[in-house]
Amino acid sequence: MAVLNEEQEMLRDMAREWATNESPVAAFRKVRASGAPEAFDRGAYTAMAQMGWTGIIVPEAHGGSDFGWLSAGLVIEELGKTLTASPLVATTLAAAAIVLGGSEEQKAKWLPKLASGEAIGTLAIDEGPHHNPAKIAASVSGGKLSGTKAFVHEAHSADLFVVAAADGLYLVEKGDGVSLSTRKLTDQRSHAEVTFDGAAADKLAGGGDSLIEDVLDRARILTACEMLGMAQAVFDTTLDYLKQRVQFNQVLATFQALQHRMADLFGDLAMMRSAVEGGLQALDSGFGVARAATIAKAEANRVLHAISREGVQLHGGIGMTDEYDIGFYLKRARVLEASWGSTSYLRDRFARIGGY
Amino acid sequence: MATQPDVPPPSEDDAFREEVRDFLAENFPSELKGKGSALAGVDGPTEESEAQRKWREAMGSRGWGTPTWPKEYGGGGLSRKQAAILNEEMAKAGAYNPIGGMGVMMFGPTLLEYGSEAQKKEHIPPICRGAVRWCQGYSEPNAGSDLANLQTMAEDKGDHYLINGQKTWTSGGQWADKCFCLVRTDKSDKHKGISFLLIDMDSPGVEVRPIQMISGMSPFCETFFTDVKVPKENLVGEEGQGWTIGKRLLQHERTNLSGGGSLARMMGASLADIAKKYVETDESGAIADKVLRDRIADFEIRWNAFLLTARRATEESKAAGGVSEISSVLKKLGTKLGQERAELMIEIMGLQGLGWEGEGFTEAELSGVRAWLFGKATTIYGGSTEIQNNIIAKRVLGMLDHQ
Ligand SMILES: Cc1cc2nc3c(=O)[nH]c(=O)nc-3n(C[C@H](O)[C@H](O)[C@H](O)COP(=O)(O)OP(=O)(O)OC[C@H]3O[C@@H](n4cnc5c(N)ncnc54)[C@H](O)[C@@H]3O)c2cc1C
Repeated sequence: MAVLNEEQEMLRDMAREWATNESPVAAFRKVRASGAPEAFDRGAYTAMAQMGWTGIIVPEAHGGSDFGWLSAGLVIEELGKTLTASPLVATTLAAAAIVLGGSEEQKAKWLPKLASGEAIGTLAIDEGPHHNPAKIAASVSGGKLSGTKAFVHEAHSADLFVVAAADGLYLVEKGDGVSLSTRKLTDQRSHAEVTFDGAAADKLAGGGDSLIEDVLDRARILTACEMLGMAQAVFDTTLDYLKQRVQFNQVLATFQALQHRMADLFGDLAMMRSAVEGGLQALDSGFGVARAATIAKAEANRVLHAISREGVQLHGGIGMTDEYDIGFYLKRARVLEASWGSTSYLRDRFARIGGY
Repeated sequence: MATQPDVPPPSEDDAFREEVRDFLAENFPSELKGKGSALAGVDGPTEESEAQRKWREAMGSRGWGTPTWPKEYGGGGLSRKQAAILNEEMAKAGAYNPIGGMGVMMFGPTLLEYGSEAQKKEHIPPICRGAVRWCQGYSEPNAGSDLANLQTMAEDKGDHYLINGQKTWTSGGQWADKCFCLVRTDKSDKHKGISFLLIDMDSPGVEVRPIQMISGMSPFCETFFTDVKVPKENLVGEEGQGWTIGKRLLQHERTNLSGGGSLARMMGASLADIAKKYVETDESGAIADKVLRDRIADFEIRWNAFLLTARRATEESKAAGGVSEISSVLKKLGTKLGQERAELMIEIMGLQGLGWEGEGFTEAELSGVRAWLFGKATTIYGGSTEIQNNIIAKRVLGMLDHQ
């Protein structure tokens, strides 16, 4: 665990307490049962905004706290532990795009609203089921954007889309020329295909040539934070279960085969945590972000994949039931693994960054 | 490229092959071609179409759904070679075997070995006709991997047993006609106190409650027995012989779960063929994503090695007189590979391979997701992978706890 300052420790403790008490997995069950396509609890999101979580990476001048990425990551990790459904990651990423590439006017218009929770934002980048930012067909002419974006996270509640077109990122507000078609994935959260048909688009002209990749690196790292929380929760739940479930007149935790399995996963989890925190620290220092983001998401993919599978396996039959929470993590895990870079994509990207 | 390994086909048996072809031409409804039944083995709900019913009855009346079982009990009485020909011709015609389920996979073979003449006459023919659904009453809340810890009591009441207790994870319990059940007839001995009993699911005092799974389906149940009367004729083997019989049945279960042939058919097209539909290829037809290509090839090589292993083991065990502990090796390997394949398939399809319901997904994509989730159970039921490893280490390799 990274060394935290006092502010960060308080933030993490507050997030942990809130997630445990106000947003346990039971809260996600309620959201799921409601069947609402936006798939989160507005009241809970308002509470998060009041605690300042929607503005952590937003400069103070624009209504945020500018606590930095490590702080944002701590909160996201805690929310990941309880599978809290909210557009916090998506909104943070939209705000990050504006911080990096927006004009003063764009910042003044959007950042205070995103930071206060009044507006929800999301990224709309990929156009197919695989992450592939090199292949973008959406285009803009005369300030109007047209194109189709696949599996946009939190699309149902988004007021603002940060959309990739062939020549850069654009801000598009929901409304005329923007239509959604729900894509209900196994994690039962909000995803949609979003079609832009001559929608008014406002270019993020700053941030240089690497703007899209810089934003995507933030998406990779923040997603990895959510995955870290999930992995930690599955690990802890599984460890508790093994210490309590009796078969053959002994608790399962006494079987060496299982002890070694958990010890292996413990090592993997340590690597995942270091990789994810390394990503956050790279963002805060501004140094080596692309490489750190690739390592963070690749390790998050590898380790959460393994832990979410082992979590079900080591619970036996009960792990296969909907009544037990562990399966939710497995389902959400695969959606996040496939978002912003699959394992194959990230390995290839890592090699390219390394020049081989 | 096919998923099956390249091995020479069995030698011809022309007259029989003719007979099979004629039978298929006459009886297999063309509308069922290529359909069936990825999960024919699972005892699901009972609705069937007219065509499905006709096909089941045609196969059932010949006994060809259970091709190598003895004719006198309604089986096909075929040699292994003939059964292979039957399989081949069915595959060519796009026909599936409509006779399946736990009766075929596990209970029938066990009863043929341990049942009395009267029990075989009563229970085997309906299984061969696909006219009865069996479920497995083994696991209990505190008897999973430690199955012998089971506590469901069968009290001797002279001409019948009185059953009290709870089973859980009973697959297909809500649709089953009958249950083969492990019960306790003696509290003083963990293993020798277990007996193998057949229970009618519509007996008074049997209650089932379906449990929802992570895949969204509810194919298994909690099963409660309260003062259920079971006639003594329903005891298989001797009182106290249940552990031996029950374990034998598990070997059949494991052999079937590991799946050799049936799993291969269930899995259908090779991953590479699927990948070509979902990811880019270059001019030479190679998958452009080299990392993914490497992982698919790695999987397919091991999958082929597994199919060859399953085939070799089947041949060796037939020569040696039946299923054996090698079933543990097959079960562990086959189920792991099946899960790996489902995971790779998701990576190949990307988010398109994670649809839950509603618009934007094909039926095959949606059922693939459910199958991926359900497939997580394969390394848990039938004795988990960890339990298979214990069996392999201890019984096959002689690595005992205290040496
Ligand atoms: C979909 C599904 C269908 C099923 N259908 C049926 C059915 O029809 N009839 C029926 O009777 N049962 C059925 N089962 C139950 C199944 O057989 C049990 O779930 C299985 O035996 C495991 O028992 P358990 O769930 O109690 O897990 P546990 O025994 O509590 O095991 C939990 C974990 O600990 C591991 N473990 C346990 N002991 C050891 C050890 N000594 N060394 C190392 N690791 C160990 C296990 O491998 C597992 O990973 C089904 C289960 C599922 C999931």
